[in-house]
Amino acid sequence: MTGYLLRRLLQAVVLLWIVTVITFVLIHEAPGGPAVLQNPDLGRDQVARFRANLGLDDPMPAQYWRWLHGVLRGDFGLSYNTVEPVLGLVATRLPNTLLLTGVALGIAFAVAIPLGVISATHRNSAVDRVIAAVAFLGISTPVFWLGIMLIVLFAVQWRVLPAGGMYQVGAPFSIADRVRHLLLPVFVLVIANLAEVTRYTRSAMIGALAEDYVRTAHAKGLSGRVVLFRHALRNALIPVLTIIGVYLPRAVSATAITETVFTWPGMGLLAVQSAATRDYPVVMGATLAVAVFAVASSLLTDLAYGYVDPRIRLG
Amino acid sequence: MAAVQSLDRRVQSDAPPPQRRRAAWRRFVANRLAVASTAFLLAMYLVAAAGPLISPYRPDAVDIMNTNAAPSAAHWLGTDENGRDVLSRLIAGARASMTVGVIAMVIAIVIGALVGSLAGYYGRWVDSVLMRFTDGMMAIPYFFLVLIVVAVFGSAFRNIVIAIGVTSWMVVARIVRGEVLRYRGLDFVLAARTLGATSGRILVRHIVPQTVPSIIVAATFGVASAILLESALSFLGLGIQPPQASWGNMLSNAQAYVWENPRLPMYPGMLILCTVLAYNFLGDALRDALDPRYRESNV
Repeated sequence: MTGYLLRRLLQAVVLLWIVTVITFVLIHEAPGGPAVLQNPDLGRDQVARFRANLGLDDPMPAQYWRWLHGVLRGDFGLSYNTVEPVLGLVATRLPNTLLLTGVALGIAFAVAIPLGVISATHRNSAVDRVIAAVAFLGISTPVFWLGIMLIVLFAVQWRVLPAGGMYQVGAPFSIADRVRHLLLPVFVLVIANLAEVTRYTRSAMIGALAEDYVRTAHAKGLSGRVVLFRHALRNALIPVLTIIGVYLPRAVSATAITETVFTWPGMGLLAVQSAATRDYPVVMGATLAVAVFAVASSLLTDLAYGYVDPRIRLG
Repeated sequence: MAAVQSLDRRVQSDAPPPQRRRAAWRRFVANRLAVASTAFLLAMYLVAAAGPLISPYRPDAVDIMNTNAAPSAAHWLGTDENGRDVLSRLIAGARASMTVGVIAMVIAIVIGALVGSLAGYYGRWVDSVLMRFTDGMMAIPYFFLVLIVVAVFGSAFRNIVIAIGVTSWMVVARIVRGEVLRYRGLDFVLAARTLGATSGRILVRHIVPQTVPSIIVAATFGVASAILLESALSFLGLGIQPPQASWGNMLSNAQAYVWENPRLPMYPGMLILCTVLAYNFLGDALRDALDPRYRESNV
């Protein structure tokens, strides 16, 4: 077990390193260069001085080495655009993304698992078909379009909910205000994630209901309810758990678009804006943070998998 | 329906290929949703191909005297914030979106089939290296990857297609690997080897053709997600650049002018939704028709 954990951690570190190299090379090769240096008010010699100060004229391996060296000591550099420390920027944005993603995924799983169970127990009935059709509609809807249409309805036409942002500017913090701003983006993300979890729970549940131990439980005279929840569902949830690991990296992607539509000040918006303005240190910091999050979630899922299902031996 | 099902039972999966193919075809046409989706997609491709011939205006023709106009006889779907005809732009956008989806998927399939078949056939270290690499690619949020590739190399049409293609082959690789693993140990492969066929020949002539049905299914779902991804990129301003129209960048404009013209975001969004939905229905129907094992396990 310890050996397995060490090997996985080593793999994770190598993977993260590869991600930083790829991102670093890509973003530095990008035509255009940092947007701050395109400021027409800057003279030619000023730009040259800035470039030299930022070390942008050094060979790329030297630049990468300097970045890595800093990161290993906990120094992620300063944003070109705002001159804020990247670490602080990420630290203020990450909780906002986790709040949005966490609430949305929590609701999505809470709704999708019962729907999947109903689909499985009422297989090929009208209910099952309606749930399947809704699921297909969910995965086929562009996240950002759904967001815009909700803004059109709730913010433009009816003026009942804010069009974006995380809080009312100038108003004191209140939970009601935060919830009002969360409603639309959370709804969009729930729709985006609902379908797949439902389909997955359905097929896992169908598989579990066909197992011998379910027949045994019925034969023992246990009530249908006990068999369904104690025997079938508990086993069906194991594979559902694994997709959380596959899911989180993709949920981050969906969140990036949703944050852009609703100008939610999270990691996604930060990444999109910094990539567009070639704010190298912020792009690197944001990518690394997202990659750490993705790798850690997949590792934790694998560990949890071994924990809930003792038949699976990690090693 | 009943006739089709009894026929299915007679034509088992060990039937000779022509009969199997006919059974698959019957299952497919019996699915009305799939036939309707195919018809819709064919119509969309016709519109995209005919493009300039049927478009009532030039898609980038500006008319500043007639901006944000309501639908009328002259402009069936109205005009946008620059007075451009919305219908003409939708037709031009269809060209972009439908092409991106298909070409990106072809790239993804070539890479995925190559990686998957090599990993599955040669096994051992080839398999571990290739599949760990695949896992790594899957661990990076793919949208992030595409975002950086496009932000870096610029959003020329070609770059967007390549970026989507090289970041979405992983699912295909996994499916092909699984299939190759399954077929590798079967008798016909042993027979081919006994007759002196080389590894390359066995892989290309005997094993890969068996995986075609699964690839077709994965590709159909893949086109759907490629179209969604392109529209998302264009929406963020990283995809197809204005004034060239794509459904995604039309939506991006529409959001900016949503207070003046709340009707605008509806059309491109509905088109994306219907196209992607049609591809998803089609993929589902193809899976039912081509893969009897899936059907049995799911019914």
